[in-house]
Amino acid sequence: MNNGVPFEWIAAVRFLREGRLQTAFIILGITIGVAVIVFMSALLSGLQVNFLDRVLTSSAQIQLLPLDQVARPLFMSDAEIEDATVQRPTQRILSINQWQEVRDRVAQMPGVLVAAPTMSGSALVTRGDASHAVRVSGVEPDSYFQIIRIPDFLTSGKATLANDEIIVGTDLATNLGASLGDTVNVRAASGNSVVLRITGLFDLGNKAANESASCVALRTAQSLLGQAGAVTTIEVKIADVYAAERLAVQIAAANPVKAESWIASNAQFFTAIRAQQSSNTLIRVFVGLSVAFGIAAVLVVSVIERSKDIGILRAMGTTRGQILRIFLIQGGLLGLVGAIIGCALGVGGRVWYHSLIRQADGSELFPLLLESQMFIVTLSLATITGLLSATAPALRAAKLDPVDAIRG
Amino acid sequence: MPSVDRPDASTPVVHLTGIRRSYNIGMGSEVEILHGIDLDLHCGELLALMGPSGSGKSTLLNIIGRLDRPTAGLVFINGTDTARLDDAAITRLRGHAIGFVFQQHHLISAFTALENAMMPMIVDRNSGSDAIKVRAASLLAKMGLAHLGDHMSANMSGGEQQRVAIARALAMQASLILADEPTGNLDSQSADNVFDFMRQVNKDEGTCFLIVTHNLDLAKKCDRIISMADGARVPA
Repeated sequence: MNNGVPFEWIAAVRFLREGRLQTAFIILGITIGVAVIVFMSALLSGLQVNFLDRVLTSSAQIQLLPLDQVARPLFMSDAEIEDATVQRPTQRILSINQWQEVRDRVAQMPGVLVAAPTMSGSALVTRGDASHAVRVSGVEPDSYFQIIRIPDFLTSGKATLANDEIIVGTDLATNLGASLGDTVNVRAASGNSVVLRITGLFDLGNKAANESASCVALRTAQSLLGQAGAVTTIEVKIADVYAAERLAVQIAAANPVKAESWIASNAQFFTAIRAQQSSNTLIRVFVGLSVAFGIAAVLVVSVIERSKDIGILRAMGTTRGQILRIFLIQGGLLGLVGAIIGCALGVGGRVWYHSLIRQADGSELFPLLLESQMFIVTLSLATITGLLSATAPALRAAKLDPVDAIRG
Repeated sequence: MPSVDRPDASTPVVHLTGIRRSYNIGMGSEVEILHGIDLDLHCGELLALMGPSGSGKSTLLNIIGRLDRPTAGLVFINGTDTARLDDAAITRLRGHAIGFVFQQHHLISAFTALENAMMPMIVDRNSGSDAIKVRAASLLAKMGLAHLGDHMSANMSGGEQQRVAIARALAMQASLILADEPTGNLDSQSADNVFDFMRQVNKDEGTCFLIVTHNLDLAKKCDRIISMADGARVPA
């Protein structure tokens, strides 16, 4: 026996070691339970990141827009309604009022990473006889490309934008018969037009987006759309994508803008994500419960089997508290050891599955996400579950009368 | 190392008055096992407790050791009225003042012979130490088991286990050793050796021994013989 090691720890470890088969089976049970939890959590985390990536690749997490223009009934001087028929205002490009101040204020809010102004509108791109309607986004590349990661999706060219340059999707370039370095004519509805050189081609993995999206410098868009100095949206990137709705409400309350979060814009998708998270939590809870009952069952049997030992220990002066701790430690150790092996098995399974399930081109289907926080939480929860499961058997052991225990 | 809680010479190690013990056997019926036992054991005494099976010897031993509670009567250990003690204090008293040798050796199978002998001292200090190991090893050596210290108790013979149990009972240098058939599983030679060792400890350290035995020869070597029948003391 090691000097300095508390008696309860020595006894707990020895009792577990002596009940080899019983201990091995319950650890196997905990291992399988924890491995399932770790595998599923890692799988679903990867899936979610993949889904979110796809959704948030081509849109910001929060979009700030000018306030809607509201049409009101026309009142006469004595508050009598002169004309109660209210028509919705016509759609026209509106600028965000004092957008520089709004951008700076939003960029300084806690949780906000980047705020990028954009000027967007419809235009017709023509090259020779070919033409195509596109949405032109005038951007400041330094901030905008941190949000919409166009540079990551470039198939050729570069992600810088001078006043006479444009970046377009690969499908638009194909439709126009254009390639890198070619010039195209871009004409807005207002009649303004500009000739721009294609300096980059991107592939967002979505044909519609590749055919209709294009990026130009902010000044170019402002000039093209006849809105000098104006911006139509401020795109916002935040640290926690799930906090988008809360932050959007805060931003809208503090600024003269309408704030739309990706959660509100993709309500059905977000509901699906939440449903997936809820099912995962339910699975974890039920696996955790079965593990807990497994530990409790084994320890109840152990208390019965060891009642003579408990009696002898009590006769030697072992306190009820020491007996209680011996069984609690056993529960905690079972949980911890099972969780360590289970984590290793779960990670192994996830890595194997990741290498097995690939896309047709051999690239990963969704990312392999193994967060250290998940392991810390799993190990802690398994140990706490072990301790809690051991509580009832441990109390039973501690309450045993020595003479009854010795008699068995 | 063990602390020695010894009463002064005038105080009995054990003082029993009117000990009764009855058990509920269901349907509202009770059966009385002990019918008012009075007994004094003094420091340095070595007593034999004899009687036929079912006479209440083991029950009396359990009550003296406060493993069990009397239905009526008082148990004084080293002058302390145990009825006034709470569970923690009784546990402490058992650990320091009383050593047990049970009818069936009752070693803890998860530990080696040496660790079993160390156990009361480890429980008392809540951890092991070299001094504890040395004392336990010396006790095993005196019992002729020096070579078996590393053996798991499950791999030892009944006699060997019983000697380890005796070494364990002596580990805390308690003032009272309660031994239920300590030599019952030993051959006559080993039984004599074990008894001689207990007698030696009794003389050297003034430890009081109460030994339940069916062996009349062994009982005759004790200072006093107390006989029991049907839950009561009878003249020897």
